[in-house]
Order: sequence, then C-alpha cells, then structure tokens
Amino acid sequence: MALKGRLEDFGITQLLNLINLARKTGTLYLEGAQKNSYLCFREGKLIYAALEGVEDSLPVILQRANVFTAEQVRMIQTNMAGRTDRDIAQVLITSGRLQQQVVVKSVRDAILDLVYQIFSWHEGQFRFEPSKLPVQGKITTSIALENVIMEGSRRVKEWERLQDELPDLDIPLKFAERPTTPLRDVNLSVEEWRVISFVNPSNTIRQIAQFNNMSELQIRKIVYSLLQAGLVEIIRPPRPTVAPASARQVPEGMPQPTAAQMQRPAVKRGIVQKLISRIREL
Amino acid sequence: MQTLKIVVTGPFSSGKTELIQSVSEIDVVSTERKISQEAERIKQQTTVAMDFGRITIDDELILYLFGTPGQRRFDFMWEILSEGMLGFVVLVDSTRPETFREARRILDTFRSYSPVPYIVAANKQDLSDAWPPEDLRIVLHVEPGVKVVPCVATDRESVKEVLLELLYSILELVDEE
Ligand SMILES: Nc1nc2c(ncn2[C@@H]2O[C@H](COP(=O)(O)OP(=O)(O)OP(=O)(O)O)[C@@H](O)[C@H]2O)c(=O)[nH]1
Ligand SMILES: [Mg+2]
Repeated sequence: MALKGRLEDFGITQLLNLINLARKTGTLYLEGAQKNSYLCFREGKLIYAALEGVEDSLPVILQRANVFTAEQVRMIQTNMAGRTDRDIAQVLITSGRLQQQVVVKSVRDAILDLVYQIFSWHEGQFRFEPSKLPVQGKITTSIALENVIMEGSRRVKEWERLQDELPDLDIPLKFAERPTTPLRDVNLSVEEWRVISFVNPSNTIRQIAQFNNMSELQIRKIVYSLLQAGLVEIIRPPRPTVAPASARQVPEGMPQPTAAQMQRPAVKRGIVQKLISRIREL
Repeated sequence: MQTLKIVVTGPFSSGKTELIQSVSEIDVVSTERKISQEAERIKQQTTVAMDFGRITIDDELILYLFGTPGQRRFDFMWEILSEGMLGFVVLVDSTRPETFREARRILDTFRSYSPVPYIVAANKQDLSDAWPPEDLRIVLHVEPGVKVVPCVATDRESVKEVLLELLYSILELVDEE
C-alpha cells in the first residue's frame, strides 16, 4: 500500500505529522512544480533530505557552513574522489582536521534548510516508499519532526490563512455593488488586472486562475487582496434553510462530545443483538 | 413493526451506493443522475437525493440503510437523514487524499447532528493506491475509541464486517436489560 497524492490536497505539514505519529520508516519522494526532492525518515525522525539542484556532498555542505574554504574543498574533492561522505568525514575527523560535532551540526543545518524550503511547496505529487532509504554512504542525522513542523508551519501560516479565508475556489466572483473606491482610482498590479478582467458571475475563481495560468497560491493571494479592498465579492451558493441541529445540541464554543460522552442509542440491547446475528448470517 | 436506521455518509464517490447495494435485500432505491459538472465527472452517475437499502431482521424489525448524496449542494438533506439514526458510517475513498479534508468536515457535521456511535470505513482497500486505515485514523484525526476499519464496498463480506463493527460499538453503549 502506497501513500501517494497531490500536495494541493495533502500538504507537507500533514505528511510530516502522519510520518511522525505513525513513526514511519522510509522515503518521501516529492515532485514539486519546479524541482524534485526526497526526505528520509527512520521511526518518524528525519534523517536525510535531498533537493534537486542543491549539491549535498559533505565537503560542499561544510563549505556552505563556512567550515572550509572553496580552496580546501577542492583539495578534499581531488584527494578523496569517489569516497563516500562517511569515509571523508572519518578521514578528516581522525586526522584532526575536523571535529565530529561540527560535522553533525553542519549536516543537520543543511537538512533543515532544505526541508524549510520544501514547506513552501503547495503543488506537486508525493509518494511515500516504506522500504527505501537511499542514504548509503551519506551522513545521516536524527531530527524530531515536532520542531520541524512547528517552524515550518510558522512559515506557511500565510498560505493557511488564505486557505481559510477562501476555502472554495469553485465559486464565482462579482464586482462589489458599492465599492468603497472606484476601480479607476485603485492601483492594481498587472496580475490583479488580469484577474479583474475575468470577474464575471459565470467564471469561478479556479477558472480565472486557469485562464491566467496562475497557481492556487497566486490566485488566492490576488483574490484575497481584491476582497479585502472591497472591489469584488464572492457569490455564495444559497444556504440550506434548516438551522443546524448543532446549534441546539452543542452550544457554540463547547467541545464536541467525545466517544466516551456519546449518547446511549435509544434501542434495547436485545434488538442490537438481533441485528448483529442477522447481519452475520447474511 | 419497528424500523431502525443506519446512515452511510462520506465524500463524493466514496462508495456509499456500492456499500448499501452489497447488503441490501432490495435493489437500492437510489436517485442516480448522470453527472453534468465537468469538475465532478470522474464517474458516470452520482446520487442526488439519497440511497435507500433494506435488511429485514424478523417479523417485527427492519433495518434501513440510508446513503447521503455525495455532492455538497445536497447537504441540506443530511440533517433530515440523520434524524433518529442508530449510528453512522463515514465512508472514505482511501485512494483519494484530496477528499480527506471533506471527509473530516462531513464527520464533524454528522457528529454535531446527533452524538450517536459511528465508525470510519477506509473504502477501496482492494486498490493498490489505498491508504491504510491506521494512516487514515491519523490524518482524519479520528478520536481514540472510534474504529477505523478497512472496507471493500463491492464485497459483501467486507461490508458485513463494517456494519458489525458499528453494531458492536452501539452494543457497548447500550445498557444491560
Ligand atoms: N475498486 C473499488 N471500487 C469501488 C469500491 N467501492 C466503490 N467503488 C467504485 O467507486 C465508484 C463510486 O462508487 P459509488 O457507490 O457510486 O459512490 P457514492 O459514494 O455513492 O457516490 P455519490 O453518490 O456520487 O456521492 C464506483 O465506480 C464504484 O464502482 C471498492 O471498494 N473498490
Ligand atoms: Mg451514490
């Protein structure tokens, strides 16, 4: 059984949460809009990450961390061509040129840096392969996901706020009946004008994005700012007339009943037992 | 004559009609329509009012299975259908993570209608893309004590198991006589 899907539907935060809670071991492969990446986990902890276009050999990581100069890195690469990162680290540490803690910290920082970049991916495909851990010869680390999720979510707050403000893209927009400012007095960007030009009760927000080749994030940002500015309004589908029973049963703001608090069904035990034996013999 | 009711709910195309069909002794009285909206054209037919299946228990007792319509624009039907139910099944298409958020929303809505026992059925477990039930429990934030069971709605034995699990949950809450 493979876990796969689209990041649009199931985001990085949710994936990391799942991997953390289920203590999964394996590799999460991501195909983003621009790049590919993979993240490796052992028992729910992040141990490795790679991102297309980001060189991840140990000498280069150490150079980025200002541990070695470019010159030193070139020497290491020439002298130890073909060796794995583990071998290189071992040689450098045993020869006293490098401290183990420095390697550990640099690798950890490099991996976190990649992961936080990936948090901004809201489009693409993902796939979790439980059996794979492509980390041979690599220096791995072990990072608790809770912290990664906290920090990463802080960075995606904006996206989520947009998602909340505008949960449904399959609704049309119309021009505000009484705009606070006439359109001609508003300074709009080219992108905003492109969206404005499609505002019409027969176009949904999603269609407008498609006409303009915009990503969900882009269209959300623009529509959100147009809504905030009071230039356009959402055409809401008619609401059901029945008041939700929730208003009667669970006062607003009160916690929902938990399993333990569930109401006793208004039925006799013998009847439930009859149902059970009848269904068993179906 | 006493009639009892179990509601089968879940997102669009999760397999509600199929599940009821698998155990009902009558042909499911469902109000299927050809799908018109492009966005939702992933299958030919959809339920527009409700599904309705029946299992006769004995001379005095009938169990009705009601399936909710999957598309959001019919959700005014939900509360009416949930009136007086014994319990409910939230059916999820385990191969379509894009529907999980909706499944969670439906679950919350039904729970707010009536605090009766319910279970989550991770449907389409016969497909290789299906997410396992344990993972669905996590992503749907199913509370501890509520079962998340595997399901293949096209397989009668599997559907029986789902209904039985719900009935066991109900039994736990019913007083000794
Ligand atoms: N492979 C597989 N296919 C299934 C299963 N259950 C349902 N399907 C298929 O999934 C599709 C949707 O099933 P339906 O029973 O129409 O779903 P529904 O929940 O009633 O859909 P709406 O009424 O439109 O909301 C149909 O093509 C079914 O044949 C299953 O367990 N396994
Ligand atoms: Mg149906």
